[in-house]
Amino acid sequence: MTFRRKYEEKFFRGLCFLFTAIIVFALVQIIWTIAQKGVPSLSWQIVSQEPKGGFYFGKEGGILNAIAGSFYLAVSATVLAFVISLPVALFMNIYLMKYQRILMGIRFFLDVLWGVPSIVYGAFGFTLMMYLGYKNSLGAGVVTVAAMITPIMIRAMDEVLKTIPIGLQEASYALGSTKTETAYKIFFKEALPGFATAILLAFGRGIGDAAAVLFTAGYTDYVPHSFSQPTATLPLAIFFQLSSPIEEVQNRAYAAAVILTLIVLVLSVSARMLKPKK
Amino acid sequence: MILSRKLTDSISSKWMLACLTFCLLLPLAIGAGLVFKSTPLLSSHKLTELLFSSDWYPSDNQFGFWPFIVSSVSVTVLALIISIPLCLLSSIYLTQFAPKWFLKFMRPVIDILAGIPSVVYGAWGLLVIVPLVSDKIAPLFKADSLGYSLLAGAIVLAVMTIPYILNMLLEVFSQMPVELGEASLSLGATKWETIKHIFLRKGSSGILSAFGLGFSKALGETIAVLMVIGNVVQIPQSVFDSAYTLPGLIANNYGEMMSIPSYDAALMFGALLLFVIIIIINIIFRYIIYKSELI
Repeated sequence: MTFRRKYEEKFFRGLCFLFTAIIVFALVQIIWTIAQKGVPSLSWQIVSQEPKGGFYFGKEGGILNAIAGSFYLAVSATVLAFVISLPVALFMNIYLMKYQRILMGIRFFLDVLWGVPSIVYGAFGFTLMMYLGYKNSLGAGVVTVAAMITPIMIRAMDEVLKTIPIGLQEASYALGSTKTETAYKIFFKEALPGFATAILLAFGRGIGDAAAVLFTAGYTDYVPHSFSQPTATLPLAIFFQLSSPIEEVQNRAYAAAVILTLIVLVLSVSARMLKPKK
Repeated sequence: MILSRKLTDSISSKWMLACLTFCLLLPLAIGAGLVFKSTPLLSSHKLTELLFSSDWYPSDNQFGFWPFIVSSVSVTVLALIISIPLCLLSSIYLTQFAPKWFLKFMRPVIDILAGIPSVVYGAWGLLVIVPLVSDKIAPLFKADSLGYSLLAGAIVLAVMTIPYILNMLLEVFSQMPVELGEASLSLGATKWETIKHIFLRKGSSGILSAFGLGFSKALGETIAVLMVIGNVVQIPQSVFDSAYTLPGLIANNYGEMMSIPSYDAALMFGALLLFVIIIIINIIFRYIIYKSELI
């Protein structure tokens, strides 16, 4: 009996370790595969030029259009989402402090929203865009991605604001400040390092998503100059070039994947480093 | 001076409230917009026919979503069958057996896995998983497969859901009260018996919710699955058959949906279907989590 128990313990301990090792191995394998395929095709030309004639048959050019487009899109969407999220998160933690039930309802609601897949946001963005009579454009993409990352950002900010002690709020009122002043001068400053994490998280989500921009942002070979022009994005550049039968074009897709992975890696590592220690 | 401060305060609180209302109305707007767009289809076809018919001939005005629903659900279930044991046992290892530094090392690893964009997972699937399925796994079962199959989609999807589920499971196991484990150990149970009989039971609602939310996450995944699953409209008979998921259908056909009548309505109906299913799943499992946090 004890014999069996001892070996059951050993067996499962080993199995647990094995499965953890598989997960680490999967990550290493993914990054290694993409790097191995993509790094040889990385060159200055790829990151610094727009596609030229015959680019999609393997000739001259780069993916500057997609890199710049992705940055424009993700930065604008993050700014827009921030402008909406900040008041909401502050409102929840200052005005609604007394109404815990409502507050919990809102948190629940935002968590549910987090689960909505990006393709649904994309389809909705597309519907809205057609309804208002706009064409595929950077602006439409920005609005769609912003709608997608706003719940994520609010919840991340909310988690930071939640940890601020109520005494700070009371002290601020006692000194005669209004709720707005408490919100923007005290709470905002106090939570700023935590907000950086929230922003990076949302930015990473925005830059990596393909399904939401597929309908709305369009695709073009040029770097966009205004919000009404269509724009290329990195995920779509990878997706479209991978479906090409020509090997050079495919290799460039892997190079683009390396660039995108690097951006996301830097974002997620810096988000973790900025995270305030509990 | 005081007046202007009061004015600022009242304007800014109204603005905050407006932003909040906007955020709360957004999902309603999404639902309403999608319903509005799919009305033409709903008024000309029966709902049961749309859901359970497998005739998909858009140019003949026949829209049966059954093959897509079956494909989506089966690829998701298959993915979870792969990822659930991995996540469960490795979260147990990380919180119970492993040294502290290893958990610290794993957190960024999970973060990175979670952050990798789905199109990169798709590219990895094309490079590694598709050939693996066609050259190694399919011959093993004496089946013919091009590799673009349900199984390839499920493997890629499983890897994508791992960080999501694992994070939630780590949360569940790290909130386990220490005394509970100590009580069990002092009664003579081994570490594994404690985990099996005490922790798994105590954390069951959290664990179940993690799986449920993982399921909804996987169901909505678009690009990565689209790239490796083959996209053939059929009800897959085996795991080596190609399939076509609901999100994949929407993403793949946005270009031509304007040229065929009712096609755009059908795609929007697909999006609506996805939206409703995922919202319901999310509400159920989030509710379970909230209930268990209150106790």
